[in-house]
Amino acid sequence: MCTGRVDLSFVLRALQGGADGVIIGGCWPGECHYVTEGNYDALGNMYLCRKLLRHVGVAPERLRLEWISAAEGTRFAEIMSDFAGQLRDLGPLGEGENLDATDLKQRLAALVDLVPYLKLVEREKLRVPEKSEEAYKEFFENDATDRLMDELIGDKIAVSRILRLLADNPLSTGEISEQLGLAPADVSRHMNDSSRRSLVRYDSDRQCYALAQAGRPAAE
Amino acid sequence: MSAPGTGFGDVLVVGGGISGIQAALDLATSGYKVFLVEQSPTIGGKMAQLDKTFPTNDCSMCIESPKFIECDRHPNIEILTYTEVETVTGQAGDFEVTLNRKPRYVKEDLCTGCTVCAEYCPIPIPDPFNQELSDNKAVHIYFSQAVPLVPYIDKRCSYLDDQKCSICESVCKNNAIDLRQKAEQQVVKVGAIVLSPGFGVFDPGLRGDYGYGKYPNVVTSLDFERLLCSTGPHEGEILRPSDKRHPQRIAWIHCVGSRQVQEGGHSYCSSVCCTYIQKQVILAKDHDADIEAVIFHNDIRAFGKDFERFYQRTTRLPGVDFIRSYVDVGREIPETKNVTIRYATDTDGVQEQEFDLVVLGVGLGPPAQVERLAEQFDIELDDHGFCRTNPRNPLETSRPGVFVSGAFQGPMDIPESVVTASGANALAGALLKSRRGMLDTERVYPEERDVTEEEVKVGVFACHCGANIGRVVDIPSLVDYAGGLEHVAHVEEGLFICSTDAAAGIAETIREKGLNRVVVAACTPRTHEPLFRDTLREGGINQYFFDMANIREHCSWVHSKQKEEATAKAKDIVRMSVARTVGLEPLDEFQLPMNKTSLVVGGGVAGMTSALGLAEQGFEVHLVEKEKNLGGMARRIRTTLDGLDVQEMLQDLVRRVYKHPLVHVSHEATVTDVSGYVGNFVTTLTSEGREKTIHHGVVILATGADEYRPTEHLYGADERVLTQLELEERIHDDDEALADADNLVMIQCVGCRQEGRDYCARVCCSQAIKNALALKKRRPELEITVLYRDMRTYGFKEDRYFEAADLGVRFLRWEPDGEPEVAATDSGLQVTVPDPVLGKRLELDADLVALAAAVIPSAGTPEVTRLFKVPLNPDGFFQEAHVKLRPVDFSADGIFMCGAGHYPKHLDETISQAYGAAGRAVTLLSHDTVTASGSVCEVAESDCVSCGACITACTYDAIHWRETPTGRKAEVNPALCKGDGLCCAKCPTDAIALKHFTNEEIFNQIDAALEDPWSAASKPEPTTEVGT
Repeated sequence: MCTGRVDLSFVLRALQGGADGVIIGGCWPGECHYVTEGNYDALGNMYLCRKLLRHVGVAPERLRLEWISAAEGTRFAEIMSDFAGQLRDLGPLGEGENLDATDLKQRLAALVDLVPYLKLVEREKLRVPEKSEEAYKEFFENDATDRLMDELIGDKIAVSRILRLLADNPLSTGEISEQLGLAPADVSRHMNDSSRRSLVRYDSDRQCYALAQAGRPAAE
Repeated sequence: MSAPGTGFGDVLVVGGGISGIQAALDLATSGYKVFLVEQSPTIGGKMAQLDKTFPTNDCSMCIESPKFIECDRHPNIEILTYTEVETVTGQAGDFEVTLNRKPRYVKEDLCTGCTVCAEYCPIPIPDPFNQELSDNKAVHIYFSQAVPLVPYIDKRCSYLDDQKCSICESVCKNNAIDLRQKAEQQVVKVGAIVLSPGFGVFDPGLRGDYGYGKYPNVVTSLDFERLLCSTGPHEGEILRPSDKRHPQRIAWIHCVGSRQVQEGGHSYCSSVCCTYIQKQVILAKDHDADIEAVIFHNDIRAFGKDFERFYQRTTRLPGVDFIRSYVDVGREIPETKNVTIRYATDTDGVQEQEFDLVVLGVGLGPPAQVERLAEQFDIELDDHGFCRTNPRNPLETSRPGVFVSGAFQGPMDIPESVVTASGANALAGALLKSRRGMLDTERVYPEERDVTEEEVKVGVFACHCGANIGRVVDIPSLVDYAGGLEHVAHVEEGLFICSTDAAAGIAETIREKGLNRVVVAACTPRTHEPLFRDTLREGGINQYFFDMANIREHCSWVHSKQKEEATAKAKDIVRMSVARTVGLEPLDEFQLPMNKTSLVVGGGVAGMTSALGLAEQGFEVHLVEKEKNLGGMARRIRTTLDGLDVQEMLQDLVRRVYKHPLVHVSHEATVTDVSGYVGNFVTTLTSEGREKTIHHGVVILATGADEYRPTEHLYGADERVLTQLELEERIHDDDEALADADNLVMIQCVGCRQEGRDYCARVCCSQAIKNALALKKRRPELEITVLYRDMRTYGFKEDRYFEAADLGVRFLRWEPDGEPEVAATDSGLQVTVPDPVLGKRLELDADLVALAAAVIPSAGTPEVTRLFKVPLNPDGFFQEAHVKLRPVDFSADGIFMCGAGHYPKHLDETISQAYGAAGRAVTLLSHDTVTASGSVCEVAESDCVSCGACITACTYDAIHWRETPTGRKAEVNPALCKGDGLCCAKCPTDAIALKHFTNEEIFNQIDAALEDPWSAASKPEPTTEVGT
């Protein structure tokens, strides 16, 4: 099994289970023990997953990828100690982000829902042209990719979160905007869009939105 | 192990160290019945006594002991320990050997290895396994992993001495002790003999000049290995002999008994000491970071693969001081028992320092009683008392049918001992090819139980690993905890679960308790998983119902100071492992047909030798060479350091290759495409403009190396600057410039041992000496100066270095910060180099300058390895599957390596390794099928959405489209799948799964990891939902 086998859903599963951080240790680039250079896949996944975490307000540094060969026991120990310190500074997952447990759960669940979609998107739109650490960094840590990510998943995450929120009780645009920290204009846009897709309905008596069908929203 | 039987076999292997073990395993797997004879009470040899092995610092016993069990379980190997050879008669193909089975006073067939005898034995004796640094009992098992796991009674037993005591006899419930046992003779008939008797350790006590035997705090390096080791005299605590205190200042002395021309020493270099001392320094610092280490050394000979980096790593450690000086061990301080060492440096003159402990880097000598051995086998010895070998084939002794492997050839490290053992398999295999498989016995396993309908029953076996785990992790508490986990039906602890009896016990327990999952909480699956999987088969369940919880490397070794937390972590690890096993599925390994034809890429000495090695055993070979002519780098070499005519040897080799009906040579050939897998490769090449397709079962890569073209020292700009290879050509072509020259300067380490090429090219020092000797013998008046960093004329090459100095060749050392500079002047060349003694730059006039240019991987190597999908190391040389114990195997099955593409090496080493690769290849070729792993990917067709993500992700081309009634679907060819699982992380619908590492199994593990350990400790909660 290669580092590239580490699925986005593994990382999210650990965070959902209450891990404050996840570290992935891989072979150094150029020292692949297969010949597949799957460590670059791991690198791409790490960047992608960090963006997802940032999108839902979870500190992206909670996921870390390090190259550590089997002969580098000391390096491994140093990295682990350093990471542990970093996580202590960040505080427990959720608390460090000022997110209450339910909110955090919903945010992470929204990401889990998106994993299949992301795998499709990644293949089409997030291909790094060259296998080098610089190329991956340049590709992912760049405004164009951020914009692309916003387009690809920003709306989907927001809608997914709104629907999960509305599952509890109907809310007005203002209340949604306040509770999720989203711009009122964006919330209106999502509500109009979701109404058209019959995901929500507007209750004109109470001047608020509710789920079109009671219960949990379907995964996007 | 088969029952002692008829005495008819194929091969006798003499010596049960790592080389003999490897020879026995390779021969037995290639279809020969082997008698493995060892004079001590167990197989294992010197390697078993080492703590760790350089340069990877793998635990020595941990990597070697699985091989003991492999030998023990191999149906074609009969192990005869405590046995010596008496006489040998007959000739190649038909030897009759009389063996003397010494009385161990314990009947092997009755003893259960329970060690009650040792418990009751009242006689303490110094423990030979622990270098007599601690005591054992007169009756004891040699070490815990011993094979056979049967005690022996030492000669110092009081019954054997004067019939005083026989307690052991009375406490043994099985009546296995027989104090009146007599030696027995046994006659075996074999066709070939492999001598692997190993080496003797230099005894510094004989000459007494280092205070060994006089001052208690002077120990040998082998003593120190035991002190470092967790199974050693103080369970891995470094305590000095005089007062059992932790030494804070330790000195290591190099070259004890080696590179010495005085009486009682060896003139040659022992090859391994420099690097084992660096290993010991690193390990000592690991034990106690505050230790101050001083290493008194001569040349640092870090000539092996990755040794240079290992050396650099040691020098960078804080509190480690390398001092280049000869030394005298001075005196012992009476109050402290500290020992002083006198030494001299260029800058400070004579100095004296005091140390708590002094470690002598003792060298390697011929095995004990080597003259007797030579007489019995009627073989010749060389001037140093090692085996005299055929200069053209270092695996052959002077007697046909008797081969030699390991350090009996001369000082060598573990990988070389293993390689030569595999090489002996190739040679014995050629001699005995007509009888291959005739005495073959198949291993029989009990029928596999179908457990699908059974309730999950996990057995957890926790290992103390001597003190390795047990002294940090509270094993009884771990076992208690594991017993409370859901699905766990049986828990057990053991001192060494990997020992033969413990493993057999697991198989027994599986059957008795009806276990259907097994967790072994111990060390790493890298070394021990095959052994335990085999144990599950012995127990009658599918071998994939197994998981290793690594509580040593991942726990006790890293948290040795935090015992409580380590125990809590061990519980987490075991809980995760149990959760994982619950979801495991039985998997089938399948048999792939083996195509018995081989491909060898590279027609140099390595490629040609391995091709012949295969052909002479009766296997067809295709040999592919990129040039018009065979020969490779050797075409430029005229003689070896020992005076062998290389061109004559080469012509003979080429002739034999062309003459052999089973070798087919392709010239001017390039490999263009490779597909397939072990047993069934299809390689396409273009040869002399035409395309060829070759179907083959295995491949040996022998793509060799090139000489680096220097950019330094005016090379290329001034024709008076040559490389050593060019110099050699000119010497033998009677070049005029050379005949007129008065001064020749040689500069070593050009293009290596530096940033970007951080390795030693191994051969250049000997190459310089060879050329210097040739010139000096011809023209004694020629002034030759060698500018070197460390002269690395290891092994017997040292004698030639000494000879060169004797003939007046001048040697001047330079440091990396004071590199020699070459300038052209009106009259010739001038070389300047800092003189450390005078403190200014020395100016040397030179008519010619010879550069020891680095050896670099051949230009074609990256492309060939890419096509065969095998890895290279950071320097661009082949990456072995395991540096120590699988030195010619790639990690991909069916692909082997030899020659300078693996690492620069001398001609004799190349030949040994080439036979080694052939010997390894035949372990596969001698079978009709090969077994492939069950842990491969599989597509659930109904979930496949035909996106093709998995197909793009797979580097091995293992996934293809298949047309189905519901559209095209991805399909995995399990023979090509290597189980990396990249495809799984790409599949949007989780339709593709890597068996044995499924999402469910991994989720189980993640979930179990995150349970609250404290609540779980008090009252185990259900760990996870049970998988279906």
